[in-house]
Amino acid sequence: MNTIVLTKGVPDFREGQVSFDEDGHLERGETPTVMNPNDEHALEAALQTKVRQGGTVSVMSMGPPGYGDVLREAMESVYADDLYLLSDREMAAADTWATAITIATALEGMDPSPDLVFAGFKTADGETGHTGPQTCWAYGMPIVTHVVSLEIDPDEERLRAKRLVEGDIAEIETVETSLPAFVVADPEFEPSYRRAEHRLRHRDLREETRERAANYEEHMTVWDHTDLNLDPDYIGLDGSPTVVSSVDPIPKAPAEREATMVDPESDEEMRQVFEEMAPLAGGE
Amino acid sequence: MTEREHYEAVVVGAGPGGAAAAAALARNDVETLVLERGVEAGSKNVSGGLLYAEESAPYTMDDLFAGFREAATERPVTDYYLHNLAGDRVETFDITDLHEHDTEWSDAVLRRKMDSWLAERVHELTRETGGGLLTDVRVNGLLREEGEIVGVTCDELDPIEADFVVAADGVNSELARDAGLMDWEEPEEWFQGVKAVVDMPEGAIDDRFGLDGEAGEAHLFSGDLFEGVRGGGFLYTNEDTLSIGTVFHLDSLVAEEAEPHELLDALLTHPLLARWLDDGYEELEYAAKLVPDSKKVAHPSPHEGRLVLVGDAGGQMQAQGPIIKGMNHAVTAGALAGEAFTEARSRNDPDAAGDLYERKLRDEGVMKKLRPPRYRAVRALAEHGPVTGALDAVLESPVGRFGVRALGDRFETLYGSPFLSMMVPDTRTPYVTLPTVIAEELGERIGGENDVTPPDLADRIGDLTYDVDVGNPHIEVVDDSFAVSGDAVTACPVSARDFGGGCYREETVRTNGEERTVVSLDTQPCVECGTCAIVADTDWEHPRGGKGVEFRQG
Repeated sequence: MNTIVLTKGVPDFREGQVSFDEDGHLERGETPTVMNPNDEHALEAALQTKVRQGGTVSVMSMGPPGYGDVLREAMESVYADDLYLLSDREMAAADTWATAITIATALEGMDPSPDLVFAGFKTADGETGHTGPQTCWAYGMPIVTHVVSLEIDPDEERLRAKRLVEGDIAEIETVETSLPAFVVADPEFEPSYRRAEHRLRHRDLREETRERAANYEEHMTVWDHTDLNLDPDYIGLDGSPTVVSSVDPIPKAPAEREATMVDPESDEEMRQVFEEMAPLAGGE
Repeated sequence: MTEREHYEAVVVGAGPGGAAAAAALARNDVETLVLERGVEAGSKNVSGGLLYAEESAPYTMDDLFAGFREAATERPVTDYYLHNLAGDRVETFDITDLHEHDTEWSDAVLRRKMDSWLAERVHELTRETGGGLLTDVRVNGLLREEGEIVGVTCDELDPIEADFVVAADGVNSELARDAGLMDWEEPEEWFQGVKAVVDMPEGAIDDRFGLDGEAGEAHLFSGDLFEGVRGGGFLYTNEDTLSIGTVFHLDSLVAEEAEPHELLDALLTHPLLARWLDDGYEELEYAAKLVPDSKKVAHPSPHEGRLVLVGDAGGQMQAQGPIIKGMNHAVTAGALAGEAFTEARSRNDPDAAGDLYERKLRDEGVMKKLRPPRYRAVRALAEHGPVTGALDAVLESPVGRFGVRALGDRFETLYGSPFLSMMVPDTRTPYVTLPTVIAEELGERIGGENDVTPPDLADRIGDLTYDVDVGNPHIEVVDDSFAVSGDAVTACPVSARDFGGGCYREETVRTNGEERTVVSLDTQPCVECGTCAIVADTDWEHPRGGKGVEFRQG
């Protein structure tokens, strides 16, 4: 079973990490890059496949050379065998369409060809949820989205998945498809290891991976557009039909109450707090 | 449906008994799977804890695991004292000779460190056989087919078949109970221990105990400081911490309605402890556990079909007079169980393993230590109520006191006798009356103020680590009337009268003009000791794998 996981580096939007300028625009240079949080579920699904069915897992991403860290993180969590980074100035500023064309071409270049491709449910920056399905369309294989649990029958070369209908946890359907297939893992995805042998293999893989992840660069292949034999006119900014007409900063929610900062160590300031609260306690 | 998994041997629990069994099995190329419910081996385990290696034992921990003492234990105990206390009078006996009887070595241990080290070795050994060790998996019962035990069932895994099942799942063994080999009925059959692991400043242990950085000490305490509850206290030196605890007969704890944490505090704040502890007292962990009294519950035939019981699960905990030995017997029993299956398999009769195990326990002298015939011989008389009362009355009378004075120094020799220690009865006399009279008649007043302020129960619970299985409590009260289950309010080590932050609380409920006193239960602070399973009417299970309390010291 040859499995590929697609992942993306995104700005770390967590409080304390992300940085915005005065106009509310993201300061990309000041904000660290992390693996797209939703990709964690794609990695879990791929890992389940590797643990239960064996075979290899490769992680693929498109982005600047600095994405190596993101790929290393992915390697550690999915116990990946190797990493692929599609990285080239010509690929920069791509919309989902151009990105899908680029990744699908890279998938076609994989030898042996993938049995399963996993992607997460939309990225934290663009939030389109387009890239996975578009890549699948460009490559040409069946797709199952919003997957919450997964069983593979390698002998029959079939996949059976439980998926959320319309992304709603209240409604789950079971679908089957032939392999190769493209799977988008939902954030509700739960890996299942109900056999001791699965958990023991999981433990073996974790120990094996530690060394590999420390030297992840030795296991990373970087491809540019010439390696993929792609015409620069059809990738990156030039190959992107999407036009961003304008960007409006999200207005801050207006504060309904006025906040006053008080130093709890200051007796004077704390006295003021009590004096202001005293009438309220009296029911006024 | 896919086929059921099968292993030659499944070992449930990765404490010393399980580790020994797994090592013995794996070294004989038996495909062995070890299932441990904690997030790491040792995270569910508490012991006093002194680990002995007996000269007469066929297996010791360092036989089975090379480098064990260097890597996994604390200080060796080279001096052993028994303190008889009455008020601020103390008479101290040196019982090192008794301690050294049949002892190759004896080290203080902390279970998280010890068990997790063992688990790494066990995983390496068992993985080579095609098995291995898994944490976070709770075995919840026996898998049966047509009434015969054929494996185990788990919360986290599908049922697993095995030719041999080792229940090393501790004092509250769910497998032993599933097999009908143990029950939780009689409080007289159990002790309850509570323990504080105390952080000590650098160099303080050596300075205050007069040690050299290598050696260690053990101290026992008995007398009038525990409100008449039958039991005593202990103190062991670890590398940089102290293990200080108290152990009481559960029936006595219930009868006196004593609060275990207060009895621990009585020891911690006794003037004698002031020589080792000061106002900088810092408790790292409060823990509790039930201890089976092997004299009464060590199962003479600890097997059923393919199942064998090892260690606490089989009641293999020897508490005889001042001698407290549990883990060493679990190690021996575990290894003998492994041996038994290996031999049975080689004879193409794996189902004979249980009988072979029982025979080995007897032939190697383990069962005799656990159930000493001499104790049984004197028990009938010495634990007879009127006899005990008469003994206590004589001891406390001028005649008895004269006798104690006359015996004087010879008491130390008597206490040091392995022969006598095997027949000490479980009555007030040896635990309370005699030590008190000895201290009053022979002891010296000790000066010094004890400045220790132990944390209250709320802080002790607050310092513990829990992963609560929200909405899935592992204990349910069956009969919540105070008359039936009220003993849990005081006996539970994390509950107390008039304390709202513990497991068990007394509540008054008014319905239709009637007023009932009931107990309510919140399992969140539970330390999984099992006390309430015995003193109250409950449905008691362990939490799912990885859930519940996580001991860092143990």
